[in-house]
Amino acid sequence: MIRFESVSKRYPDGTVAVDELDFVAPSGQITVLVGPSGCGKTTSLRMINRMIEPTAGRILIDDQDVTKVDAAQLRRGIGYVIQHAGLFPHRTIIDNVASVPYLLGTDKKQARARAMELIERVGLDPRFAKRYPSQLSGGQQQRVGVARALAADPPVMLMDEPFSAVDPVVRDQLQEEFLRLQSDLGKTIVFVTHDIDEAIKLGDQVAVLRVGGHLAQLATPAELLSRPVDEFVAGFVGRDRGYRALTFTTVGELAVHDEQTVTLGAPVPSGADLDNWILVVDAANVPQGWLNLVELSRDDTTVSADLLYRGGTLATQGGSLREALDACLSSPSGRGVVVDSDETLLGSITAAEVLALIEKRRPAAASVTGSGSERR
Amino acid sequence: MTALATSSSSSPLHFWGYFMDHRSTDLSWLWSHTWLSVVPVVIGLLVALPLGWLARRYRFVYPPLISLTGLIYTIPSIALFVLIPPLFGLKSLDPKQVPIALTLYSIALLVRVVADGLASVSEDTVQAATAIGFKPLGRFFRVELPIAVPVITAGLRVALVANVSIVAVSGTIGMSNLGQLFTLGFQNSTNGPYYPPIVLGIVLCVLLALVLDRIVIILNILLTPWRKAVRS
Repeated sequence: MIRFESVSKRYPDGTVAVDELDFVAPSGQITVLVGPSGCGKTTSLRMINRMIEPTAGRILIDDQDVTKVDAAQLRRGIGYVIQHAGLFPHRTIIDNVASVPYLLGTDKKQARARAMELIERVGLDPRFAKRYPSQLSGGQQQRVGVARALAADPPVMLMDEPFSAVDPVVRDQLQEEFLRLQSDLGKTIVFVTHDIDEAIKLGDQVAVLRVGGHLAQLATPAELLSRPVDEFVAGFVGRDRGYRALTFTTVGELAVHDEQTVTLGAPVPSGADLDNWILVVDAANVPQGWLNLVELSRDDTTVSADLLYRGGTLATQGGSLREALDACLSSPSGRGVVVDSDETLLGSITAAEVLALIEKRRPAAASVTGSGSERR
Repeated sequence: MTALATSSSSSPLHFWGYFMDHRSTDLSWLWSHTWLSVVPVVIGLLVALPLGWLARRYRFVYPPLISLTGLIYTIPSIALFVLIPPLFGLKSLDPKQVPIALTLYSIALLVRVVADGLASVSEDTVQAATAIGFKPLGRFFRVELPIAVPVITAGLRVALVANVSIVAVSGTIGMSNLGQLFTLGFQNSTNGPYYPPIVLGIVLCVLLALVLDRIVIILNILLTPWRKAVRS
């Protein structure tokens, strides 16, 4: 557990970077610090491992005041990941990862064995071990950065915009894998980002900071979306809050309709009872896309992959209402495809039905909102 | 000197015959020329490392230090040779005055090289090194200095080659090195030019500079296997 007690950072020129910050980052959870630039989020992070010293207040890690520990010793016990990974260009990947164990005096062979394990754990090909950082892509370097932070198995990790410098597709991948890793490892993580979507995706709790280093709100992602405390937080959390809040709402079983399907490679079906759109699945009953029967020309006799509309997203049974609604909205037929956790087809649902589910939850939601506005 | 008169030809191409006639003297001059070129650069680097680190660590030190060292480099070598004995309490024509002057030149050149080399290390890398628990000294020797090697060796090449030519100048004040060959050439050019020792001096200086340069290049390759990875 990391505890901030009235922590302030005031520079000699009078600038206040962090102002009387109080919060707790609970053990085994991800606490995200988010806010516009100049809100003191990075300063706050760097005060934890004493890269910056606070001018007032205390920071405690498991009730130990960080300023009472030798800075280098403290840092070796805290994993640290930064935006551009900050790898050592003159060391191979495996030696980069083993940096902290080397500093701690771990036997070289043992340190390398551990490093090798971590290289695989963060999803890198073991062949990369003997390469140098410049031979890796940005996303791969960032994985090495995470592996390096984990090498000495520190209970605490600090992450400063670790996924901001990679392209959106890779970022999504890294975020997913990071969450998977964290569910295994259960580290106490403080994560800094300027991206509210990332904060909501990754955080167990999110601290929104405003310029001048004030804590505006500390809450779970769902609460942040449904009950921002003021205009600033509401503005920062942004548009589509209502829709995005559905990410955190599950309804259990969705009642699905049976959907007529045709298998990829089979003859194009015909018959008066068919809808204009028919769902195409593969041999394993995994949805592939929609086929528009009206648009087909005479030459199209078999269902081939290039005829398919693939725009529709899939909702997973037991997943969020956001997924379910999006599956309906993105489906060309208007029917959202629902699959099981093994990706096989269960059936379909319509947007009206999803909205009905959302409406049904209203009374409960209304009372929560009510208590929130009373408190204000 | 009488031997010179017996040298049959004054043609520039006769330098090889000249060398064979005066092998032992020429080789001892080459040897001392080599030492005079190398040792000041090594000492200069050892002094420049902490100074360059200072200029990097405390940014306000950089501009005055670079101006001062630049100034030293503008003093003509012959003047510096003459200035050294009174400044260091030596008698004139002390054998130490040339290496001292060359060391000053090397420091002047290398302080900037070391500071710029350290500046070439990315801020992210330095931050990461600090954040994972390197202490300042360990960070300097195990992270910053190794990464600065390519820039520093580039500076070493310049310093070495410059020294080879400055050492030759010290031959004119009587120090025994390849510069003596030029003095001899001039002294024997009273009745028309006498080229062989002059050409020999140039050839040996150029060869020495090429060899020293090559050694630094090889050293750089050995010290930076990671750079090869970048290139390929």
